[in-house]
Amino acid sequence: MSDSTRVAHGTADSLHTGGHEEHPAYLRHHFENVEQQADAAGFAMWLFLLTEVMFFGGMFTAYLIYRNWYYPAFVEASHQLNVVWGTLNTAVLITSSFTMAMGVWCAEVRKQAGLVLCLVLTFILGLAFLGIKTVEYKEKIEKHHVPGFHYSLKSFTNPQSDPEIYKEYHDKPLGVDMARHTEIYFSLYFAMTGMHALHMIIGIAILGFMIFRARAGAYTSGHVTFVENFGLYWHFVDIIWIFLFPLLYLISRHAN
Amino acid sequence: MTDQHEMEESQHHVVSPMIYIIIGGSLLVLTGLTVFASFLELGIFNPIVALAIACVKAVLVVLFFMHVKYSSKLTKLTVFCGLFTFIALIGMTLMDYFSRAWGRW
Amino acid sequence: MSSTIVVLPDQSTARIPKVNFITKENGILSWLLTGDHKRIAILYLISITFFFFIGGSLAGLIRLELLTPQSDLMATDTYNKVFTMHGIIMIFFFLVPSVPATLGNFLIPLMLGAKDLALPKINLLSWYLYMAAGILAIYTMATGGVDTGWTFTTPLSTHYVNTNVLTTGLAVFIAGFSSIFTGLNFIVTIHKMRCPGMTWFRMPLFVWAHYAASILMVLGTPVLAITIVLVALERTIGIGIFDPTKGGDPILFQHLFWFYSHPAVYIMILPGMGVISETISTFSRKRVFGYTAVAFSSVAIAVFGFFVWAHHMFIMGVSNYAVLVFSLLTMLVAVPSAIKIFNWTFTLYKGSITFETPMLYTFGFMGLFTIGGLTGVFLGASGTDIHLTETYFIVAHFHFVMVGGMLMAFLAGIHFWWPKMTGRMYPEKISQLAAVVTFIGFNFTFFPQFILGTLGMPRRYAAYPPEFQVLNVFSTAGASILGVGYLLPILYLTWSLKYGEIAGDNPWQATGLEWQIQSPPLTENFPITPIMDHEAYDYDWLEKKREKEVTLVG
Repeated sequence: MSDSTRVAHGTADSLHTGGHEEHPAYLRHHFENVEQQADAAGFAMWLFLLTEVMFFGGMFTAYLIYRNWYYPAFVEASHQLNVVWGTLNTAVLITSSFTMAMGVWCAEVRKQAGLVLCLVLTFILGLAFLGIKTVEYKEKIEKHHVPGFHYSLKSFTNPQSDPEIYKEYHDKPLGVDMARHTEIYFSLYFAMTGMHALHMIIGIAILGFMIFRARAGAYTSGHVTFVENFGLYWHFVDIIWIFLFPLLYLISRHAN
Repeated sequence: MTDQHEMEESQHHVVSPMIYIIIGGSLLVLTGLTVFASFLELGIFNPIVALAIACVKAVLVVLFFMHVKYSSKLTKLTVFCGLFTFIALIGMTLMDYFSRAWGRW
Repeated sequence: MSSTIVVLPDQSTARIPKVNFITKENGILSWLLTGDHKRIAILYLISITFFFFIGGSLAGLIRLELLTPQSDLMATDTYNKVFTMHGIIMIFFFLVPSVPATLGNFLIPLMLGAKDLALPKINLLSWYLYMAAGILAIYTMATGGVDTGWTFTTPLSTHYVNTNVLTTGLAVFIAGFSSIFTGLNFIVTIHKMRCPGMTWFRMPLFVWAHYAASILMVLGTPVLAITIVLVALERTIGIGIFDPTKGGDPILFQHLFWFYSHPAVYIMILPGMGVISETISTFSRKRVFGYTAVAFSSVAIAVFGFFVWAHHMFIMGVSNYAVLVFSLLTMLVAVPSAIKIFNWTFTLYKGSITFETPMLYTFGFMGLFTIGGLTGVFLGASGTDIHLTETYFIVAHFHFVMVGGMLMAFLAGIHFWWPKMTGRMYPEKISQLAAVVTFIGFNFTFFPQFILGTLGMPRRYAAYPPEFQVLNVFSTAGASILGVGYLLPILYLTWSLKYGEIAGDNPWQATGLEWQIQSPPLTENFPITPIMDHEAYDYDWLEKKREKEVTLVG
């Protein structure tokens, strides 16, 4: 693991005598050279993503336990989610990951216009995702499936009261006890997708900032670290959704 | 020295857009596949198939979109550590829950 | 006992170097907006001392209440708040950041030959998060406190108390991110910013210990964060995740909570162990025995530490099979810690031992941590744990490892590196006295608690059966002595800032890179990037270097 056998730039560091070609403006003084700085920044970003993995990990653990305990409730509750919206959202996010990766490529080959376009597309796709999520959340609110806010068991104790869902899946009515556990499903649904959406919002805000900076040429002059590392973050948020989608939407969609 | 060489490579290795197109397309196909599979009656294999497809998708994103395939050993080790700890959390906790029904032994 | 390794420059001519990281810039903003890891370390040192005294005062209140069997000094609800806040402040605002944020921040770049940590702005952010969290915690205390115990066990914390659980949870959440950023910074720095020649196995063991602790900080703390979020949602909206009436499982909270909180104890102790490696080598004039074993055991503690958390839950309702597995794994995790103790002891063997203050604290650590650690093994065995858990045995166990172990290591480190940080020596005689007073006070305070625990006195009780009073009085008497022992360093260390002897570069004749530069160091640490061409703890190299040095004559 001897990844630190770089040659010291010796005495030039603190004297700054004429070696200014070696010292681009964005090189921080505690780094020896630009490669070390970019390397450190990338590694730091990966470590941050590890913390995010563990952060979501707690909720995934809770989900796995309760799905195992209350499978019928989870199945029927998941039927309340619209698989068309969910699939569309997954496609939107995958495409945005593609545009983001293309954006990083544009930054690397210094195509400024391409970079701006890719960032704008990613931004729009991100907003589209949030828009679809808003539609979905609205539906849940209207049907009183939000835990803690007049949560209603009617759709589960009496599935026929919900004709659109019933004609797809012909769910059997759940006993009151099992029906109550659908509230845990929705708690996890809102907690997990909500936390995911929060990360999307932060990402979109940073994208806005990046578009602004990219138009000024900040990322197409050799210094791609920011775009690269944001790309890592964006892909990570995509990966979370890649798991959320089957776990929340696709528990069991075959008709009974 | 290898690590410095590797690091420079990952700095300068530019993944071609064709790879992104192929991977992006694969991800969309796999999404369709997982939706289709959820409509089938596969019993115990429903969740297994769903998770397996999700893992394949995640691996594709990590290796290609996040450039891990072209990254240093350290990056790969870091990803592994994250996965390992995540699995430890889920695995050891589920071990308790699954064995609760095993009686008083 | 009069022999000492201290070599100070001639006091009549010695001066603190004019240009150093303290004098480089003036004004409050140059400190509050600094990126210099050494200044941030000083900021942390001042703040954690402040929180230590708040936590310590709360401890004083606990011991005062427990002088008598009745709950007569304060109402039981108030007592619950006092011990809860004592735990929260001591753990999250003192122990977790103590060595890493002060000594780690100050020393890791110096020990590695780097100019700063990898992410100076994140370092400063870390301190601001800590301060924000701390202020929030104080606000919580001032507005009624929280009485759930620092462990926030559900469903008590989610359904049955109406105290400030949410604000405390938020304070801990923010403090957690402070910790994560510190750990993240260390890992990046250690991987990417070692000077030429500084291979992994030439780094001081202090760095290895912090590397292991940082891995725990980065991987474990986020789980605490999400747990707090879930508790907040449960408390406010009633999502049902920990609520049995809605099908939730309160034990899930404990799984998630202890998944962090067990590694947290290793986060707390590993940096202290790093300090001990340094002091034990310097004050025996010998390289640490079994460097590789000590280095790897640090990482082993970190890895194994992730697999034992449910030993805090043996009686809580986990399955018998889980009890079996976790008990077995807990036995295993004791091994790397024991390896360290053995290696440190072998370092002492045939060394030239002197008894300056850091070494007194080091010896205190060795003895008290061993006792604390061994009692941990008693608790790891599920059979005995069933009887000892939730009694004063547990309280004694963790105070032995944390106060007898970690706090002593922290004081050893502060005294050891004080001359490097400030350029001045602390007064030796009074500091040795303080170390002895602390050791005596500590044993009087906490040893009786082992006995109380085995006799069956429960923890977290304001009132207890009268037959336990004698031991409790002993314990409180010891606490007052302990208080004196902790007060003295504040006084004489502050005094030394103005009146202490000038220390020079290397008063201890120690081998680390940090001792080869001026005290206090320059802002940029090293005028020329050093090249590491010798092994760690190489006293021969130091001898050769000293021979070549010219000292002023006449």
